[in-house]
Amino acid sequence: MSLSLRTAKSGRINRKKPLSFRFDGQLYRAFEGDTLASGLLANGVHLMGRSFKYHRPRGLISAGSEEPNALVGVDRGNGRYTPNLRATQVELHDGLIAESQNSWPSLAYDVGEINNLLSPLFVAGFYYKTFMQPKQAWKNVYEPVIRRAAGLGKAATAADPDHYASRFAHCDVLVIGAGPAGLAAALAAAESGARVILCDEQNELGGSLLAELHATIDGVPAQTWLEQTLAALVAKSDTVTLLPRTQCFGYFAQNFLGLAERVTDHLAQPDPRLPRERLWQVRAKEVVIATGAHERPLVFPDNDRPGIMLADAARIFANRYGVRAGGRAVIATAHDSAYQAAIDLKAAGVTIAMIADLRKEANGPLPMAARAAGIHVETGTAITGSKGRLRVKAALVGKIGTDGEESVPCDLILMCGGWTPSVHLFSQSRGKLVFDEAKQVFVPGHSAQQERSVGACKGSETLIEALNEGFAAGRDAAEKAGFAKGKARKAKVSGVIEAHGGFLGAVPHGHDVNRVKAFVDFQNDVTAKDIKLATREGMHSIEHVKRYTTTGMATDQGKTSNMNALAIAAEALGKAIPAVGLTTFRQPYTPITFGTMAGHSRGDLFDPVRRTPMHGWAKAQGAKFEDVGLWKRAHYFPKAGEDLHAAVARECRIVRETAGLFDASTLGKIEVVGPDAAEFMNRLYTNPWSKLEVGRCRYGLMLNEAGFVMDDGVVGRISANRFHVTTTTGGAARVLNHMEDYLQTEFPELKVALTSTTEQWAVIAVQGPQARAIIATLVEGIDLANEAMPHMSVREGKICGVPTRLFRMSFTGELGFEVNVPADYGQAIWEAIWAEGEKHGAVAYGTEAMHVLRAEKGYIIVGQETDGTVTPHDLGLDWAIGKAKPDFVGKRSLTRVDLVKPDRQQLVGLLTVDSQIVLEEGAQVTLAANPPPGTSALGHVTSAYHSATLGHSIALAMVASGRARIGEVLHVPMPNGAIAVRVCEPIFYDKDGSRLNV
Amino acid sequence: MSDSMAMRRSVFDGMTPIRVEGKVTAASLPFAARFVFRGDAKAAAACSKAFGVTLPKTILQAASEDGRSALSLGPDEWLLIARDGEEAGIVAKIEKALAKIPHALVDVCHRNTAFTVTGAQAEALLASGCPLDLHETAFPVGMATRTLFAKADVILWRTGTNAFRVELWRSFVPFVWGILAEASRDF
Repeated sequence: MSLSLRTAKSGRINRKKPLSFRFDGQLYRAFEGDTLASGLLANGVHLMGRSFKYHRPRGLISAGSEEPNALVGVDRGNGRYTPNLRATQVELHDGLIAESQNSWPSLAYDVGEINNLLSPLFVAGFYYKTFMQPKQAWKNVYEPVIRRAAGLGKAATAADPDHYASRFAHCDVLVIGAGPAGLAAALAAAESGARVILCDEQNELGGSLLAELHATIDGVPAQTWLEQTLAALVAKSDTVTLLPRTQCFGYFAQNFLGLAERVTDHLAQPDPRLPRERLWQVRAKEVVIATGAHERPLVFPDNDRPGIMLADAARIFANRYGVRAGGRAVIATAHDSAYQAAIDLKAAGVTIAMIADLRKEANGPLPMAARAAGIHVETGTAITGSKGRLRVKAALVGKIGTDGEESVPCDLILMCGGWTPSVHLFSQSRGKLVFDEAKQVFVPGHSAQQERSVGACKGSETLIEALNEGFAAGRDAAEKAGFAKGKARKAKVSGVIEAHGGFLGAVPHGHDVNRVKAFVDFQNDVTAKDIKLATREGMHSIEHVKRYTTTGMATDQGKTSNMNALAIAAEALGKAIPAVGLTTFRQPYTPITFGTMAGHSRGDLFDPVRRTPMHGWAKAQGAKFEDVGLWKRAHYFPKAGEDLHAAVARECRIVRETAGLFDASTLGKIEVVGPDAAEFMNRLYTNPWSKLEVGRCRYGLMLNEAGFVMDDGVVGRISANRFHVTTTTGGAARVLNHMEDYLQTEFPELKVALTSTTEQWAVIAVQGPQARAIIATLVEGIDLANEAMPHMSVREGKICGVPTRLFRMSFTGELGFEVNVPADYGQAIWEAIWAEGEKHGAVAYGTEAMHVLRAEKGYIIVGQETDGTVTPHDLGLDWAIGKAKPDFVGKRSLTRVDLVKPDRQQLVGLLTVDSQIVLEEGAQVTLAANPPPGTSALGHVTSAYHSATLGHSIALAMVASGRARIGEVLHVPMPNGAIAVRVCEPIFYDKDGSRLNV
Repeated sequence: MSDSMAMRRSVFDGMTPIRVEGKVTAASLPFAARFVFRGDAKAAAACSKAFGVTLPKTILQAASEDGRSALSLGPDEWLLIARDGEEAGIVAKIEKALAKIPHALVDVCHRNTAFTVTGAQAEALLASGCPLDLHETAFPVGMATRTLFAKADVILWRTGTNAFRVELWRSFVPFVWGILAEASRDF
């Protein structure tokens, strides 16, 4: 480290704790408390990056989160690489490794700099103009090349090894920003007893006070007041939460705000238990926004060379970090605050070559103080350019209105165009901004939510205003949150000199405006010329100018550039600034990591993974699983050497020959209970329920209001007042909501209640000719004989000593039972039935075999045969409609003209003429083998399988006038030629159902 | 009975306990009898007598007597909790007492399962997944409600200043436990 660049004393760095770090491979030394930016400056390094478009050498311009230039990648090892961090926000720790971006082969010699010479090609909107012809070139040439050139930084490629925490938090008062205004607000709110959260994006709370050397507050130096205030807040840790390193990145509806806390990146050896970052989702009764202001750059030719920075940034580096940003500075300003920077820097040992003030006169107390300190001041003087390449060597200055231009040697140019209130969060809250004509800034106007702005972010210019506004706002916020009004407070401040002024737009100069680059938006490489060009090309709204030029876009959100861009556009359009308008500020305020957004929701915890009580058994058997909604369902049970096809063929065959066990636990179950249960069922399902005897089951079909099938399932009547309703796996929650909706809004007079019992019961389907024999030895208290317990009946009894609701029903077409047992017994009862089943040679089968078996019988699956536009009639399910019922949901719609048209698509079976071809589900069905383009399809294939039982392929399809086409040959056009199919009835096996009733 | 007990498996079997010494512990609760009871004020009054716990009239309140609890989750809905093994007796008693009063009593002994979160950081650990304000002023002891924990529906019942009971459907346990385990690293 070049000791000559460190100030003699001052600063909040710990000079007793030296550390080393690497930037682009080079080893540097700095102190604890330094940022990467201050550490590099202390080593004389200003060149920190290359610009986005022109690859111009860039240094930093700021000391904070508004930094547009010094974007770096930090490598924390083991795949922990973060691009596009602002060097001004990267806290140094011993061993930190950072690198510059957007340069090759090196930062100093970057091939991409050719873009700077080719810049006449890259004017605003060049994408839209340049890459129009030839048409094919866009896909093959332009887009790939642009994609390679676009973007800044490189994304990490390995999975993020860190973990991220997430908290919901509630408070009475959230204070955003811990500068003087925010601290005062937090203090006042906390004194009233309110729950307060105070967050600040910086590593230390204090904001501008951290670099304040002259002011006293309430009789003590500002930094002492800061210590005392923080101690007072810490003492209230029961109700006050202090969050440094925590950015408020978004202000959402109903005072819901997102905070991102950086927990470990600043530590050399973080505790592995700690999360890297923590997301706070805060619901605040009241919000105080105290986000400060951003200093504006001056827009002059070549204002982007390394060594050109904002005046106050250089003051912060000197006062807070003990670093001189240069040896000899030229200060270009239009605001008094740069004079304070000049005074402080001079005191820190920087030679101030001159202050060039754009204003005709500068006779405020600060300019006078600077003159008194022996600093050379020129008013009515503009900075018109700079010299140097990798570091600025001279400033060009000239009297406004003359052509004269003087070259002033320097290694530092400090600029100050005034201050722009940071209204990003206020704007995100949907508050309306108003233009303050006197100060020439946008400030918060009408609030849309429970918030108030204080201090510099509402345009206030002095420390005393910030403090007093903070005290008043904290008190007001706590009172509005329901706490007793605290006592009013006023701060006493001395030692600060008021600063006023400001300039918007491009600095006048005598150079050819078409040949110079005066940057407005440093991050997006947008110049004053680009904005003027955009207005000439018809972009009259600032929103259009923004999109055409990219000014104010991306991660920067125009923190340093918005007002200058707006002023240039306004001038070019001959309009007042408010008439041109301001663009919308987007979240996040500064970028946050994907990890923070994801929190714990990654891998197995991304979504709940629901497993049935018998999952462990199936897994031990080697089952392959498929996702059905959130559930894992056994898809098939392959034996050694079997693929899906072979396993499913075996499973289907054995179910039909002997028996199979199937885990049906995921089916939705709803207990409908109450004296009006049957009437409620009458109204929600198409079928009649009043006469269903206790102990019997019925296939239920549910329609939506439009008359379309929305769900189906078998329903058992357990008692006069109690129905056990089953739904599809995926429809369980939807059906319960649908039922509740109708019960609460349409049928509140019905005395009936609905309870989800999906997870109360484990369901073991035992299907096949041997099903009865398999369970017979295990079941107690139920006569299983065909006469005593016919197909579609339900009994209560015991199995293996455990209570069961035993259904006799079938989704395979075979004799079948579904054993419902309380879920915790599921696996044990499954194992007991399995042990019996094995004696008969039974098989465990999965969802794929279940699909094939039901398709052989033509049983539909809602969501597979149906798509929300299918009626019972379309499916041939008219028999399931209770014709005598006065009403049910969907009944009226079934007689709509459109729903009774004869050419509606109807469920049919398809047999491929070549019986071994299995159709593709979703394939279109057409009349001709090669229909001309534009021909509508007759329908589509909904299900298609190879049936091992039948020895050929089968398919179900929805086909226009399908039932009238039975026997016709249609076609399924495919990329390799059409497949001929013969339409048949949608049932392929045991048409008379004789296998069910045994 | 002993046979069937041996066959019963808790969904918590094999889950690693969550424990941050001196701060927070999450531990599964033993099996319990549970019912969803639905009915109007008259039914609730009759049920209170039969069950032995006065069903709270105020929504989101829990009441407990002699090892039995009733959580009021809606204008006509209560979750009844009792000791494991008391199911048959409870059903018989309530159904007898309410034979002529419209109501619904549904067994959810196996649908629901439960765990406790206790310790000084219990509130904060739950706040990692629950969007409600859990501060004792907003969520006092004796309050119970349906809410979300991350992406899972749960019933949250504050049983003490630093103690919560979480009731949830059995299949969501691995997910909720996984999130809690991850979140507990932050304490």
